[in-house]
Amino acid sequence: MPNPKNLRYLPTHEWARLDGDVVTVGVTAFAIEQLTEPTYLELPAIGTEVHAGEKFGIIESYKSTSDLYSPVTGTVIERNEPLVDDPATKRKGDPKPVNDDPFGAGWMLKIRLAPGATLDHLLTAEQYDAQLASEHH
Amino acid sequence: MNNTQSTQVIFEISKPGRRCHRVPPCDVPTERPLSELIPSNHLATAPPALPEVGEIDLIRHFTNLSTRNMSIDTNFYPLGSCTMKYNPKRHERLAALAGLAALHPLQDDETLQGILEILYEMQQFLAEISGLPAVSLQPAAGAQGELTALYVAAAYFRDKGETHRRKVLVPDSAHGTNPASAALAGFDTVTIKSGPDGLVDLSDLKAKLGDDTAVFMITNPNTLGLFETQITTITDWLHAKGALVYLDGANMNAILGITRPGDFGADMQHYNVHKTFTGPHGGGGPGSGPIAVRDFLAPYLPAPIIVKDGAKFRLNYDMPKSIGRVRSFFGNIGILFRGYCYIRTLGPEGLKRVAEHAVLNANYLRSRVAQIFDIPHPGPCMHEFVASVRSLLRERKISAKDICKRLLDFSFHAPTVYFPLVVPEALMMEPTETESKETLDAFADTLARIKEEDPEIVRTAPHTHIVSRPDEVKAAKDQKLRWQPPTASNQVSRER
Repeated sequence: MPNPKNLRYLPTHEWARLDGDVVTVGVTAFAIEQLTEPTYLELPAIGTEVHAGEKFGIIESYKSTSDLYSPVTGTVIERNEPLVDDPATKRKGDPKPVNDDPFGAGWMLKIRLAPGATLDHLLTAEQYDAQLASEHH
Repeated sequence: MNNTQSTQVIFEISKPGRRCHRVPPCDVPTERPLSELIPSNHLATAPPALPEVGEIDLIRHFTNLSTRNMSIDTNFYPLGSCTMKYNPKRHERLAALAGLAALHPLQDDETLQGILEILYEMQQFLAEISGLPAVSLQPAAGAQGELTALYVAAAYFRDKGETHRRKVLVPDSAHGTNPASAALAGFDTVTIKSGPDGLVDLSDLKAKLGDDTAVFMITNPNTLGLFETQITTITDWLHAKGALVYLDGANMNAILGITRPGDFGADMQHYNVHKTFTGPHGGGGPGSGPIAVRDFLAPYLPAPIIVKDGAKFRLNYDMPKSIGRVRSFFGNIGILFRGYCYIRTLGPEGLKRVAEHAVLNANYLRSRVAQIFDIPHPGPCMHEFVASVRSLLRERKISAKDICKRLLDFSFHAPTVYFPLVVPEALMMEPTETESKETLDAFADTLARIKEEDPEIVRTAPHTHIVSRPDEVKAAKDQKLRWQPPTASNQVSRER
């Protein structure tokens, strides 16, 4: 699956898409290919402040558990709720959309950028493609 | 493995009224009815729903199940970082002696002098082997040892008023238990990168080391089977910042009697007695994860510690700064006792030879496997090494998992797979010192054969086992952890 040109990337395989001052965050198809189908996802609560390059959650497959890193600094304003457990109703999260459509239905968080925060430090699709090519020739 | 019996759980072969033994009627006069002896709300109204089977069915069921198991007694088991060495049967006989097996942990110390002496000496042996003088035998396995040591570290820093030390540094090649232990003990974990040589990247460590660092958890040799040659630089840096160094002792088999964690600057470590010192494991046997720490950390260890007063041994609970118990009674003493037998049998020279032969075997197998698969990090290795089958996946669509599944058809247990995370399509192999050259050759020959096989055969393996490829995603997401009697609705789904 090609890496969409309109997204920006972290070297740790998270993507970010800017709409106004809100950034949507997920993981790349390459991350899912490496991890295999996710079985469990842990995301921060709405209102949590996240920082660029720092851990915001956990993604698990039967193969391994990986940390998720925030591409940007800001405040979590929305989560893709069906992906994660809901302790109140004991509903179990199903991260299958992350597997099936990592750049679309499998989005994880919407983050409102902190004042002055940008996406400038993130990789472009071309740069991220080049990273994958050099790491995984 | 061609038996097809007992694919059912024992509840499914149950027939009402069937019994192994029939208990005769009670021939002791009962003066008072049961309802007077036990309050009615504690009396069951129906017998428990236990399986009802005859003795022959019972014996066949469990005997057949037991033949499905792979263990070190039946197969080569090169599971990396697990040290699946042979477990001497002599230890089993000794552990079964009535003087040990029939003890009760609530007996008075006076009547437990034998086992207390053994455990006291075990504390001393573990202190000597690690170069760290204070030992707690309580932790029930390696991960609990890690957690206990981090609680000890937290108590130490609290006592010093250094509660700002929030961070535990963990290399990216670490066992997953390290960050888990750190998180459970209330710390934040920070990952330290490995360099291309597979060792801790010192520049990354330097950048992340700070006044808020509490502990650096390091495995040495690391999970790539490489000795961290910069270890004394690392421990000096940590100590200069007032932080502690924890050694994950899972790989002690490589350095027994050669070097000591205390000598290269570790302040705390755990042992896996079930790995390094032959407690049986892998078949569900209990672990044992004692820890050894520097003297200034001793006051915080879990109470009680076994001490010697004159000629007597006793449990010392007078430890006001102790973090408290982490395990009931004295730990998994059955496993500690087997480790004690092993240490006494081999002695210092024998333990050193264990490490030498473990490293020699690993390097022999490594040299054979290097002709078959890519080994991304430079050798020689210590007690284990990690191969990558990334090119095989790319060229023939055979993954590390496929190879492991196919190995089962050739009666080899799989190596550790997809770990450490820094190696793609990883196969992590640890042969241990107890395997012969013939076994190592047969294993390497099999890997070479699988590499050339029809990819379809490998991708659909194993072909000789009752269960081939369970749906691992479903197994992780939709867990059925106990048998439940069939109902009308799940009867349908079972038949589908």
